[in-house]
Amino acid sequence: MRKLFPAVLASLILAACGSQPPAPEQSGAKVEDRTPAAVKADSTPVAPASAGEYSLAMLKDPKSILSKRSVFFDFDQYVIKDEFKSLVEAHGHMLVANPQVKMLIQGNADERGSREYNLALGQKRAEALKKTLILLGAKEAQVEAVSLGEEKPRCTEHDETCWAENRRDDMLYSGEF
Amino acid sequence: MMTSALFRRLSVMLLCYAAAAHAQLSIEITGAGANRLPIAVADFAGERIVSQALTSVVRADLERSGLFQLTDPGALPLAESTVVNYADWKNRGADALAVGSVTPVSSGAASRYETRFLLHDVQKQAALGGQTYVSNATQLRAAAHRVADYIYEQLLHEPGIFSTRIAYVVKSTGRYELQIADADGMNAQTALASREPIISPTWSPDGTHLAYVSFEAKKPIVYVHSLATGRRHVAANFKGSNSAPAWSPDGKKLAVVLSKDGGSQMYLVNADGSGLVRLASSAGIDTEPQFSPDGQFIYFTSDRGGSPQIYRIPAGGGDAQRITFEGSYNVTPRLSPDAKSMAYVTRNNGRFQLALMDLATKQSLVLTDTTKDESPSFAPNGRMIIYATEVGGRGVLAAVSSDGRVKQKLSVQAADVREPSWGPFVK
Repeated sequence: MRKLFPAVLASLILAACGSQPPAPEQSGAKVEDRTPAAVKADSTPVAPASAGEYSLAMLKDPKSILSKRSVFFDFDQYVIKDEFKSLVEAHGHMLVANPQVKMLIQGNADERGSREYNLALGQKRAEALKKTLILLGAKEAQVEAVSLGEEKPRCTEHDETCWAENRRDDMLYSGEF
Repeated sequence: MMTSALFRRLSVMLLCYAAAAHAQLSIEITGAGANRLPIAVADFAGERIVSQALTSVVRADLERSGLFQLTDPGALPLAESTVVNYADWKNRGADALAVGSVTPVSSGAASRYETRFLLHDVQKQAALGGQTYVSNATQLRAAAHRVADYIYEQLLHEPGIFSTRIAYVVKSTGRYELQIADADGMNAQTALASREPIISPTWSPDGTHLAYVSFEAKKPIVYVHSLATGRRHVAANFKGSNSAPAWSPDGKKLAVVLSKDGGSQMYLVNADGSGLVRLASSAGIDTEPQFSPDGQFIYFTSDRGGSPQIYRIPAGGGDAQRITFEGSYNVTPRLSPDAKSMAYVTRNNGRFQLALMDLATKQSLVLTDTTKDESPSFAPNGRMIIYATEVGGRGVLAAVSSDGRVKQKLSVQAADVREPSWGPFVK
């Protein structure tokens, strides 16, 4: 593929030269102007200009709110608290801007009580987040909500600080699960 | 398919780990019954010829039950043909006496042994009966458990559970093992090893399969695992979480909890994974189903009333009936084999404790003084309940009698043990 590329490019240039004088390029239209052959090569889809502020690179950028992936819950609760609204909105917009990207939400619970009930509680927490993301425009098929219950604690001490950290949803994007 | 790839990967793990040596599950007796029956188990004639003393296994079984007081049997081996001097044994404080013999029998190349024994009622001055078992050298422990089961049943008029097995999960750093051991903690074997959690193992009614939840695919999926072959299949793998398997008494179906239609809701599925039907609908959490022994009802945990409580519905579907009312957290219903009582976990002032409810009177009794009790499972004779708890920051198993008197602790060195499930009677 690599070796072919200069030849393809050359023929494209020739073809362009052969038809008519190149028109002055309009800004922002460059990508759309490429021929299908060039797109097929190895480029990734590019988000529409309106959603340009939600690029996948931001998911790993510590300066972006999108690098934050966790939502925390109160004991025995599965309501998303107001303090996480802006974070959830940002991820909702990310999913809308990148419809090919999928998300796995893993709900978690603290260690107290029944493992199976905690699994169900984690599921409720994951689904509460999924519901919010869908209200924000994410597609049903884009988001899967599952539970890890109390089985994968991030913090393993047996106190409230730890338990609070473990009552949590984590958002994983394509390639992370 | 993804499942077949997974299956291949796991088959490899099964092979690798099955032969590994395992930390022994050790059992400590921490409480005994109020009225223990005094019994002498004499050394069986000829048992010293085999590597392990059979009667020491019999005595340990009876002692561990908390229902027998082992009295001094004297130094001499006594065969089943011994003429018993009842007055003498009465003076020694024994109400019952077991005598017997172990003899090599020549049948081809493999060495086999015949264990014969006779149980005497010292009070009635009469033989109660005896049995003969033929086994090879590796089955002598099993023969000893059968001797103990026979003695137990003759004297206490209920079946013994010494020949049964238990399944449980051992968690060490980054590693989960589903193990199966004899009821005395010996002969632990690993059925499945994984880097991801394994929860909720439960025995098929005939003891040939285990259903469980494994997180090996980064989400909970229900598997059915054949113990004899080590092969397994997916019983429920739908979008979302799949968990809490419970066998129907005929072993043909599983009640499972799925989130595929939103929420954690109960469904029935054939054990091979086919024929899924929804059992009930609620806006909240429905989980931890368990069939009543007659298969008529399914008991489960639900937060439909605002806090987790125990309910039941007819197994064919219908209205739910609430069972627990006291307190704000009652979970994990497990019915006794006679269906007269229900073990469950209740929260009192932040302590999670195993309780037993008499279903006729609705009176409950807290059975334990531990504070992180989980996952109760009845022995098939209903006498003991095994459960998971925490002692000294470590996950251990504990067993308690349904009257709360007999107590045992089962632990593995340097690992957490959890998720116990007591297997059925061995046919």
